[in-house]
Amino acid sequence: MIDREQVVHVAALARLALSEAEIDRMQADLQQILQAFEALNALDVSDVSPTAQVIPLATVERLDETEAPLSRDDVMRNAPRVERDQIRVPAVLPEE
Amino acid sequence: MTVEAGYRVVIGLETHVQLNTASKMFCRTSAAYASAPPNTLVCPVCLGMPGVLPVINAAAVDFTIMTGLALHSEIPPHAKFDRKNYAYPDLMKWYQISQYDLPLCVGGWLEIAANGETRRIRITRVHLEEDTAKLTHVVGDDGQPASLIDVNRSGVPLMEIVTEPDITNAEEAMAYGLKLRNILRWLGVSTANMQDGALRIDANVSVWPIGAEVGNTKVEVKNMNSFRALGQALDYEIERQIGLLERGERLEQETRGWDESDARTVSQRTKEYAHDYRYFPEPDLPPLEITRERVQRLTKRMPELPDAVRQRLVEELGVASADADELIEDRDLAAYTLDVIERHAGPAAEVVTWVLQDVRRLLNARELKSADIPISAASMAELLALRAKGDLSSTMAGTVLEEMFATRKPLEEIVAARGRQISDSDALAEIAREVMAANPQAVADYHAGKDRAVQFLMGQVMRRTRGQANPGKVTELLRAELSRDRGA
Repeated sequence: MIDREQVVHVAALARLALSEAEIDRMQADLQQILQAFEALNALDVSDVSPTAQVIPLATVERLDETEAPLSRDDVMRNAPRVERDQIRVPAVLPEE
Repeated sequence: MTVEAGYRVVIGLETHVQLNTASKMFCRTSAAYASAPPNTLVCPVCLGMPGVLPVINAAAVDFTIMTGLALHSEIPPHAKFDRKNYAYPDLMKWYQISQYDLPLCVGGWLEIAANGETRRIRITRVHLEEDTAKLTHVVGDDGQPASLIDVNRSGVPLMEIVTEPDITNAEEAMAYGLKLRNILRWLGVSTANMQDGALRIDANVSVWPIGAEVGNTKVEVKNMNSFRALGQALDYEIERQIGLLERGERLEQETRGWDESDARTVSQRTKEYAHDYRYFPEPDLPPLEITRERVQRLTKRMPELPDAVRQRLVEELGVASADADELIEDRDLAAYTLDVIERHAGPAAEVVTWVLQDVRRLLNARELKSADIPISAASMAELLALRAKGDLSSTMAGTVLEEMFATRKPLEEIVAARGRQISDSDALAEIAREVMAANPQAVADYHAGKDRAVQFLMGQVMRRTRGQANPGKVTELLRAELSRDRGA
């Protein structure tokens, strides 16, 4: 069972402001998702090696070579607001 | 500093190093962002557009493995990348591709010398991740507080080196940082310049009273952008924590930033769930199988590291240990010096002193980097050979060196124009006699017991020979001629 507190916690991590009604709806949705995954726990995987990737590939790398970047106009195309050639967002506290 | 008795201090360091690859970690955009105007080195991958796919830069993986090898780490055969999730505007995708449980390098150690003793600081791991975009906090055009994002830095390869909590004071932390920086430079994997952010050292500091249960309140200290700041921040933080404990207060697990202007650490009220990163394997990147062949190939590519060079200079080549210490601080100068030593028949110490004093003085005066010495190692060895043979006096050799720096003319040309040192005894004795004949007063002074008169006569000989007379020989001959003169 996922409780209300966990929903609020996950929302806070994702910087989402949920209304009370949304929290209720999310709790129900997440509960369903978790139940679907619970089904996997019923499987016997004792003879399956731990898997982090299902694509049968390993060590896909490229040479350290450069190519042209986007133009700045293109980079800024989706920016909500541009100032001093940079993307402007609401003030955040200096953190990292 | 002296830590108050009765307390234990343990410090672990997390060092982020920007690798100096040509392209970014997961895309082909140039990683040379330092001097680029904002948002001019950005592509859909490092901008975090939906649907793009990262591809691992092989050079960044190689550089990380080489760093691990230099730190005596184990290089496991399996490694993978993971997503570290957090929501912050410097992170274009809202997750950072990093390594969680299968890093490229595991374990290892770095030997440091501090407070008069040598210690091994254990390395926990070295892993690879991507740097974030750069945020600037400003007052916007409308007078409101705002944050501005420059995406250029996003995706630059970032290596993280984590130590065990083996460090016990600020001096050890600085010794560790300086030594690590030097190794990174010798490996050529990073500029490792702290002021540009290419090397960033964060510290986890725990303090507890001796005898009490081991302290488990870690305070993370960040934002030190010089080694001086690192030392000051740790000294301050240790004092602060001891002060709290002395007053019977509780330590709080938190992140604190070093405030350079106030010379103190300040609590950064970070997000409550800061460490809830919900790591999971990066689905867009297949795992890395690090073959033993690759590790061997990289081991062969490793340059001789500063500690080994230092040992060779001191133990095999007889260089003074203080000189060796000084030399290995500068990779390019050390490489050049070793090249000259190999071509020089005389003692290595002679070359080292010459480079550290005469050559470096000229480099400093002309604001040249050690990599830009305008004289080939072969010419430098020849110049030292001329000096050793006596064809050039020390003073003359210094003058020739200066002229080579200034004009970049070949050694032979300068020596041919200036002439060699005159060491021929017959020729010098003749000049000595001429000088004595021309300066009877000085000769009389000498016989009257004024030994300094020899200096005057010596100066006259040097003048007549335009500085080319061998000074040792001249003194010797003058004294011989003077005593013969007295006998006459």
